[in-house]
Amino acid sequence: MESEKYLRDISDIRNLMQRSSRFISLSGLSGILAGIYALTGAAIAYILVTSSGRPYLILDGYTFRMVLLDLLLVALLSIGTAIYLSTRKARKNGEKIWDSASKRLVVNFLIPMIAGGLYILIILDQQKYGQTGALMLIFYGLALVNASKYSLGDIRYLGYTEIVLGLISALLPGYGFWLWVAGFGIMHIVYGLVMYFKYDKS
Amino acid sequence: MSIIDNINKAFDHRVRLGIMSVLVVNEYADFRKLKELLDVTDGNLASHARALEQAGYITVQKQFIGRKPNTRYMATTQGKNAFQDHIDALEALIRKNT
Repeated sequence: MESEKYLRDISDIRNLMQRSSRFISLSGLSGILAGIYALTGAAIAYILVTSSGRPYLILDGYTFRMVLLDLLLVALLSIGTAIYLSTRKARKNGEKIWDSASKRLVVNFLIPMIAGGLYILIILDQQKYGQTGALMLIFYGLALVNASKYSLGDIRYLGYTEIVLGLISALLPGYGFWLWVAGFGIMHIVYGLVMYFKYDKS
Repeated sequence: MSIIDNINKAFDHRVRLGIMSVLVVNEYADFRKLKELLDVTDGNLASHARALEQAGYITVQKQFIGRKPNTRYMATTQGKNAFQDHIDALEALIRKNT
């Protein structure tokens, strides 16, 4: 009987530690949708490049600008969906969407993302674009690992996966496109499904 | 005998246990946040926080944000260590009884 009270104490402690320091209303569905956007965006980019008559990209060309716009749309749609679905889930859980836990999550995610994004823009400007896909995967993976301390732990493994795919992509520059598709498309869908069945469905 | 000795009377209450749980994983927490997380009344929270403060387990910082008074609570090193001992004792007791 006494040990029942102790067990309840322990579970209260764990629950409060988690609720006070982590934002746990991250939506799995938004991961699945982000993966679908990435696959669609990649297909559009593929068609753009193959129909341009040249099998490669030239900076400042029309095709290059269209591919950049395509990437930007994928990113904006993914972020928008994640914010919308997580807000909805937070409301349902009675969790606040903008409190110290979610602020820490966003800040810690953005530090590697912004540093990486600026770095990619700088080297693109220096005409070194061979590693762009690899760098996107690596910095995104680092951002996820960094943010995972303030959210669901599963994010950390998605981060590791992206980093490994990024490093492989750096070794095999010819497959950059396909590894990008695997990392941003397929992995988002896989991890989104895992999180959806683990947390959303209940 | 030794395990029971480590069960800390200061933490043997839901609200005080809750305050410490939040403060060991957060740099600080203000009054409003603690109140929301623990779902208690102002008076209840204040009196339990005072008990922990008197035991030397937490420190209280009162300040103004704009014109609003704001009370921040932080766990002291002594408080964190005492809380860790308390959790270890709880776990040891559960393991022994099951």
